[in-house]
Amino acid sequence: MRTKRYPWSGLTPFQWLVHLACWVPLGWLVFDALTGRLSVNPIQDLTLRTGKTALWLLVLSLAATPANTLLGFRPALKVRRALGLYAFSYALLHFLVFIWLDYGLDIALILQDVGSKRYVLVGFSAFLILLPLAITSTQGWMKRLGKNWKRLHRGVYLAGVLAVVHYVWLVKSDIRQPLAFGAAVLLLLAARLPPVRSALSRLRSHLQGRVASARAGKASF
Amino acid sequence: MHKIPSSEITPEHVYLSRRQFMKAGALAAGAALLAACAPDLTDSTPQDSAGQGGPAPSASAQADELGDPLNTFEAITNYNNYYEFSTDKQAVARLAKDFSVRPWTVEVGGLVHKPTTFGIEDLLAQFPSEERIYRLRCVEAWSMVIPWLGFPLKKLLEAVEPTSDARYVRFESIYRPEEMPGQNSPWYNWPYVEGLRLDEALNDLTILSTGLYGKELLPQSGAPLRLVVPWKYGFKSIKGIVKVELVAEQPTSLWMAAAPNEYGFYANVNPQVDHPRWSQASERRIGESGRRPTLMFNGYEEQVAGLYAGMDLAKFY
Repeated sequence: MRTKRYPWSGLTPFQWLVHLACWVPLGWLVFDALTGRLSVNPIQDLTLRTGKTALWLLVLSLAATPANTLLGFRPALKVRRALGLYAFSYALLHFLVFIWLDYGLDIALILQDVGSKRYVLVGFSAFLILLPLAITSTQGWMKRLGKNWKRLHRGVYLAGVLAVVHYVWLVKSDIRQPLAFGAAVLLLLAARLPPVRSALSRLRSHLQGRVASARAGKASF
Repeated sequence: MHKIPSSEITPEHVYLSRRQFMKAGALAAGAALLAACAPDLTDSTPQDSAGQGGPAPSASAQADELGDPLNTFEAITNYNNYYEFSTDKQAVARLAKDFSVRPWTVEVGGLVHKPTTFGIEDLLAQFPSEERIYRLRCVEAWSMVIPWLGFPLKKLLEAVEPTSDARYVRFESIYRPEEMPGQNSPWYNWPYVEGLRLDEALNDLTILSTGLYGKELLPQSGAPLRLVVPWKYGFKSIKGIVKVELVAEQPTSLWMAAAPNEYGFYANVNPQVDHPRWSQASERRIGESGRRPTLMFNGYEEQVAGLYAGMDLAKFY
């Protein structure tokens, strides 16, 4: 049997691809920052880009389960946890840029400035929901929490919705992009509802059956 | 850091005359020097912004009256809110590069005795520009210090003689969707419209700007003619003006129409009155790290507070 010396030994090529892809936004950001490609309002750039990446990854992590159940794409399950953790990591960066670079850890100023602003409150709530999920994402915590682990981790659905609301409340007028994210999250959540799920899987096996019989028909010639 | 004795600083006229002999390469070095005078967080490398020639950017002072340094020409001309071109502030300069600002006419009319349509050259000749170093505070909570060139709006209004019925001034921007891609966006009621109360328009701080840093305005900054009202949020300072109209009723601006609960007619910089979604208590000065408190009327309280005596500024936001 092969020894697992490093956590990354035994990763499938698809997992490698996902891990690498998740580092690209950060690498790109660091590159832009070091080469003077950010705007003259760099804190704003860092805030927006880390936030947008976190949202993308959160949506992708929500897509992993339906990708398996509805499309039969099993490798998606193997990257689900990683996607969630990367989403949290970018959310953490986003949060740190906000409280540290932007507000210099001046909690009084933050509270006075944005303590009652709804977009900040929903964004912060989404972050607070993701935090325990990230901490309990290990095998050990899965065992320890047993049934409750799954219950706890359903919190990501709420985090996804709150993250989109955070985005919708931020933009000035043209809310097409936030709404597109909202539609994606709603579709991915709907795909988990038992009636939708069984209807979709019936459709899928029906289609597969037709493909199979078509193949069989050809083969008999 | 040690101070440079004033004797070592090149007098401006020497500097300027020497400039004329400089070649293209040296031009960049001069710009770098200028950029270094106003320390900037990220953008100290000069670029030949929009590829325009002409004199190097210059200003008579290096700071505003509060002692805060001017933002660099590069920063001012590469970070623009001009939705007619793009909602991406960094994309505006590129998209506006070929926008033609000649020929250009400005129609001044409405409730006036002498309605006049000015060709831009005549307008510039009739109203000589002076330098005004103003803070610009965007409603998005970032700010800059900009050495504008311009003339008081009052002078233009006096020239057309408003009638006694005139209460407000309504400004309208150019509508040219084939050159301004953002004007194809259905989210806004183009063209851009802004307005001032007549006494605000006549205040000495209110200028029509024709340039900045000693140069003619670039398209991304609102060339050839834009409003600058330094005690109001930046969106009040309408760009690319083609029409100035004296009216009796309060005009509805583009932003008032787009989101009436968020943008009022007055839009005075006021740290005590929040935008419904954002706080306005602090701001990021471009070129600085961190935040600084926002000043009442953007630091022009002394000059303009009297305009709003007895008004509830939370109600008239």
